Amino acid sequence: MNTPTTAARLMRPLPPLPGLDEALAQSIQGRSLWADARRRFLKNRAALASLVILGLIVLLCAFAALPSPHAFDDPDFENMHIAPELATAHWFGTDSLGRDLYVRTLLGGRISLMVGALGALVAVLIGTLYGATAGFLGGKTDSVMMRFLEILASFPVMFLVILLMTFFGRELWLIFLAIGAVSWLDMARIVRGQTLSLKRKEFVEAARVCGVSRWGIITRHIVPNVLGIVAVYATLLVPSMILFESFLSYLGLGVQEPMTSWGALLEQGAKAIEAAPWELAFPAGFLVTTLFCFNFIGDGLRDALDPKER
Amino acid sequence: MTDPHAHARSLPPEGARVGSGRPRAAASLLQVRNLNVRFATPEGEVAAVNDLSFDLAEGESLGIVGESGSGKSQTAFALMGLLAKNGRARGEVIYGGANLLALSEAELNRRRGSEIAMIYQDPMTALNPYLSVGDQLTEVLRFHKGMDRKAAFAESARMLDAVKIAEAKKRLGMYPHEFSGGMRQRVVIAMALLCRPKLLIADEPTTALDVTVQAQILRLLQELRRDFGTAVIMITHDLGVVAGVCDQVLVMYAGRVMEQGPAEALFARPSHPYTMGLLHAVPRMDHNHGSDQLATIPGNPPNLLALPPGCPFAPRCVERDAACLTPAPLTDFDEQRRRACHRPIEHLLRAETEGAA
Amino acid sequence: MLKFIFRRLVLEALPTLLVLVTVTFFLIRLAPGGPFSTEAAMPPEVMAAVAAKYRLDQPVWQQYLGYLADLARGDFGPSFKYKDFTVNDLVWAAAPASFRLGLFAFVIAVIVGVAAGVTAALRQNTWIDYSVMGVAMIGVVLPNFVLAPALALVFAIWLKWLPAGGWEGGKLMYVVLPVAVLCQHYISVIARITRGSMIEVLGSPYIRTARAKGLPTGYILRRHALKPALLPVISYLGPAFVGIITGSVVVESFFGIPGIGQLFVNGALNRDYPMVLGLTILIGALTIFFNAVVDILYGVIDPRIRL
Repeated sequence: MNTPTTAARLMRPLPPLPGLDEALAQSIQGRSLWADARRRFLKNRAALASLVILGLIVLLCAFAALPSPHAFDDPDFENMHIAPELATAHWFGTDSLGRDLYVRTLLGGRISLMVGALGALVAVLIGTLYGATAGFLGGKTDSVMMRFLEILASFPVMFLVILLMTFFGRELWLIFLAIGAVSWLDMARIVRGQTLSLKRKEFVEAARVCGVSRWGIITRHIVPNVLGIVAVYATLLVPSMILFESFLSYLGLGVQEPMTSWGALLEQGAKAIEAAPWELAFPAGFLVTTLFCFNFIGDGLRDALDPKER
Repeated sequence: MTDPHAHARSLPPEGARVGSGRPRAAASLLQVRNLNVRFATPEGEVAAVNDLSFDLAEGESLGIVGESGSGKSQTAFALMGLLAKNGRARGEVIYGGANLLALSEAELNRRRGSEIAMIYQDPMTALNPYLSVGDQLTEVLRFHKGMDRKAAFAESARMLDAVKIAEAKKRLGMYPHEFSGGMRQRVVIAMALLCRPKLLIADEPTTALDVTVQAQILRLLQELRRDFGTAVIMITHDLGVVAGVCDQVLVMYAGRVMEQGPAEALFARPSHPYTMGLLHAVPRMDHNHGSDQLATIPGNPPNLLALPPGCPFAPRCVERDAACLTPAPLTDFDEQRRRACHRPIEHLLRAETEGAA
Repeated sequence: MLKFIFRRLVLEALPTLLVLVTVTFFLIRLAPGGPFSTEAAMPPEVMAAVAAKYRLDQPVWQQYLGYLADLARGDFGPSFKYKDFTVNDLVWAAAPASFRLGLFAFVIAVIVGVAAGVTAALRQNTWIDYSVMGVAMIGVVLPNFVLAPALALVFAIWLKWLPAGGWEGGKLMYVVLPVAVLCQHYISVIARITRGSMIEVLGSPYIRTARAKGLPTGYILRRHALKPALLPVISYLGPAFVGIITGSVVVESFFGIPGIGQLFVNGALNRDYPMVLGLTILIGALTIFFNAVVDILYGVIDPRIRL
């Protein structure tokens, strides 16, 4: 019964069935990976709310210091260590030198967010390139590069950074660089893993067969395809960079007076905790809220881009 | 020979075909009535299995056939009480006078692994990679039979021997990753048979294996079935596997029964376009009509979240017409046969012969 | 097994340490003006001692080899800040406090974290799960330099249950707050890791096999699920170790505990170069050794890793 003719009959075109085809067309209606991811992200309330709050914090840090009559480094000798009050326009109170905490908190936020973003950028750039190169070249190069990465990863990098800052001086740009330069390791590992698995996919094979150069394959095929996961980890890197900077500044090894950052403000606040808890509360509130927002957004992105990894 | 395990060493010659053609045994082992399986997912409720009913007699074998997503594996998991956390099974699964679906975990555990056992599609992941094969075999005997360590090891070695694993004693100390795929499947089969179950559910036992190994495993299953008198539910996407092994066949599509009945009658006179499509998709070495052409079923299995109205197979069916926009009920016909299709059998069969003319 | 341990410790850990020492040695010589031509007006006799100690009159490669030889003997040189002490003296004096603090934090983090993670996994999507994970989310995000003053405010200043700082030789009262601050982040991370891996393991085919065999649930958890679920936690022990050492810097300076962390911060603030250099290498060595031990542990547990 398995004759060529019955086989041919079974493979003839399907008879049309109008009602059905319409119903199916609706259900099939393709959604791209990105549209799907956006839909899932928009459904995630925590991530969406975080995005809004984070936007507000960024705007506050950027512009909200303008209406205040105080400068960030101006001591107000008549109002030292005062609690928040409207009369003197010290909305968050003042520190032990009488400097306005409202202005300083927002300025500190600017520095912290900037270090976070730039540090993450440095880390993402180095990490992505390093990881993609190692994963793509493979073989001996890969194992040497990964061994080097393992060596770096087994150090307490914070101590290395402090060592560098001790010897080279406590410059702001050096903080960016040092923090970024030691934080790309996870990124590199993730990108390498992605690259390795992508390398064996058909479309990369096809590009290779077509004679696209290695560099071309890395930049045109592999980098775009690891973008999703890079976005997720970049979002999660920013808070850890902010934390890193705060840690250094808290120890007095980061941003130097009269400039400030959330970490430096926290250090002063911690010293004055008994007398003036608001000195700690405001910068801590901003810092923790920001960290939460980035974490929720990062988690939301990860769930949206990779729904099975929950 | 008073040794109860002696038969393991006196297996009959290979290739002896058993199972088909025997009269339907009177003693009913398993009765499934209106089995429904639902999964709660973020995108909505998925109906994985709908109103499935069948009877299985002692020592009999049933093949459940379908493509991926047809609900055949979920049927197996539902019978064993192994559905994922978001899954719910309703209906009745009567075994030994009790409804398995209504039993507590403890009561179910007394039957699972001793009276009802299961083997899996992927032997690479079915065994715990962190425990030695010996530990994974003996724990079954220690819990169900109360054997001590020594006796359990001896019995496990005997069972490995029965599934033709050489140097069984030595192998017991090894870990799953030290076995090949086929060997692991033998271990899984040995594990399932340790307590001489009355019912064995085999979920695509050969799909993940090499073709040559597939044949060996199928033959092994047949022999063991004969020796131990075990009833088998064989779940597969391959009608070729069913043909040699099963007494009864149940064809599933999109969680619904399309057709069920005795294997011989079903193969001789398929009554559903889907079954016909599956039959034509089986490569057959014994027929040579001067052509290698195989018919495939156009399209893909449906998305269970967005089923078409009416017959789920209609989008891929060459025989469809307007009636197919309403669901076709599963109706009895012939002897012990049932089908879910609006088109008369005579029409389907005539089309088949016309096509051949 | 012994071969594996030998390979991991001698053939991998030692070269790694050598790389660390070499990198730091040459890196600090890139610093503007050289590390030891410091602006601080040091008494000439100290300068002379430093010059002799670091062989500043010899070529760089001899300085390097001499430095290596000193390190091999465990000699970190004199402190700049505390003229009458060597770095070794100061480290030995500070080590017990840090060790006690770190050990408590580490052990508590692992035990409480694993217990919380397993509990949440077994009660997945119940209020227990949600509350454990909610607290853990806060714990992951909250920095220890925010938590330390907050806890001190509540428990020391308002409630007056515990001292706000000091060490007193490590009396229990003085240990509670620092340990709590130090381990909270790691409890949270370990709880999240454990929960995730436990849920994954419980959904794995081999756990289904174990259930199909009719084994009791408790037995399946202990015998089949716990080991694989703990493997990611073991991988995290290395980073946790690093994190607790790093965190102890903050905790020690906030609570005024005379430990390694405080020594390091003071060294950095005072530009006590030999102190900072010596501690970086010491802590690097500790970390490398600890990571090697964790790897060996992993190899013992996972049969698929060839020993």
